[in-house]
Amino acid sequence: MEELIATLKKQIVEQLNLQHIKPEDIGDDQPLFVEGLGLDSIDALELIVLLQQHYGIKLANPSDGPAIFHSVRTFAEYILAHRTK
Amino acid sequence: MTKAPSITSYTALRNNKIVSDGLVVCKKSEVSASDFLLHAYEALELNYPKFYKMDHLSKAGFLAAEVLLREKGWSEKYRPEEIGIVFSCANSSLDTDLRYAETVADIPSPALFVYTLPNILIGEITIRNRVKGESACFVFDTFDASFQTGYINTLFGSGRVKACISGWADFYEDKAEAFFYLAELIDNKTNPIHDSNNTSKIYSELWKN
Repeated sequence: MEELIATLKKQIVEQLNLQHIKPEDIGDDQPLFVEGLGLDSIDALELIVLLQQHYGIKLANPSDGPAIFHSVRTFAEYILAHRTK
Repeated sequence: MTKAPSITSYTALRNNKIVSDGLVVCKKSEVSASDFLLHAYEALELNYPKFYKMDHLSKAGFLAAEVLLREKGWSEKYRPEEIGIVFSCANSSLDTDLRYAETVADIPSPALFVYTLPNILIGEITIRNRVKGESACFVFDTFDASFQTGYINTLFGSGRVKACISGWADFYEDKAEAFFYLAELIDNKTNPIHDSNNTSKIYSELWKN
C-alpha cells in the first residue's frame, strides 16, 4: 500500500504537469480537489486516463470519481481492489 | 481634448528574450524556446501554477500579457466589460494538435485536447486578468497591423471597449513569438495613435532584434 501511494504521487505529478509540487509534498489523506491540491475538472479526466493507462481500470461510472479521487489513499485503495495490471 | 485610441504600452517575446517598452526584462540564450518559457515564468517570479499546464502558445502569450499588464493599474481604470482582447497567430494550435494526435493512438489526453484551439489563449489571459469584454482570435500568415488596428478601432468606435489587449502570438517547431500591446481610448498627448503605421513601426522595430 505505501509503495503504491508513493508511486501514485509521482504519477499524479507527472500526468497532471504539477511541476510546482514535489510528490512527497502531497499528503496521503490530503483532498486532491478544491481546498486541497486544487485540481480541476480536466485533472479529473486525466486521473481517469491514469487509471486506465497504468492499472487497466476503466471507470464505468464517472459519478464514483469524487469518492475514488478524494485523496491519494482512497485512490490507492480503489486501485488495489480493481487493478488488472 | 477628444479621446483617441492610443498605444500606451507594448511587450514582445521572441528569440528567447522578452522586451517591454524598450527594456529587456528577461533573456536566456542557448536553451530551446519551450525551456525559455519555463525559465521566464520563474525569472519573472509569477505565482500561477496553472501556467505549467498550458500549451506552448498559451505560455508564450500569457507571459507577454503578464509583462504588458503588470504594475500598470489599468485594471482599476476600467470595468472588466470595457477591456477587450484581440490577437492573431499563424500556426493556430498546430503544435498542440500534433502532440494531441500522438496520444489518440493510445488514450487521448483531455489536458492536451483543451488546448487544440488557439483562442484558449484568450481564456487564459482573461481569467488571469478578469477581462470580460469583446474578444477575437484571427489566423494570418503574418501580423497584419492594418486589419488588426482597423478591427480594434471599430470596437473603440462602437463604444464596446475602452481598452484592448492586442497583438500576435505564435508557437510552432520550437519557435515562440508574442507581441502584445495595450490600446486605450485616452486624451492623448504623447502616446502613438493606434493606427496601422504606428503599430507596424513598433512591431518592425521589435522584430529587428
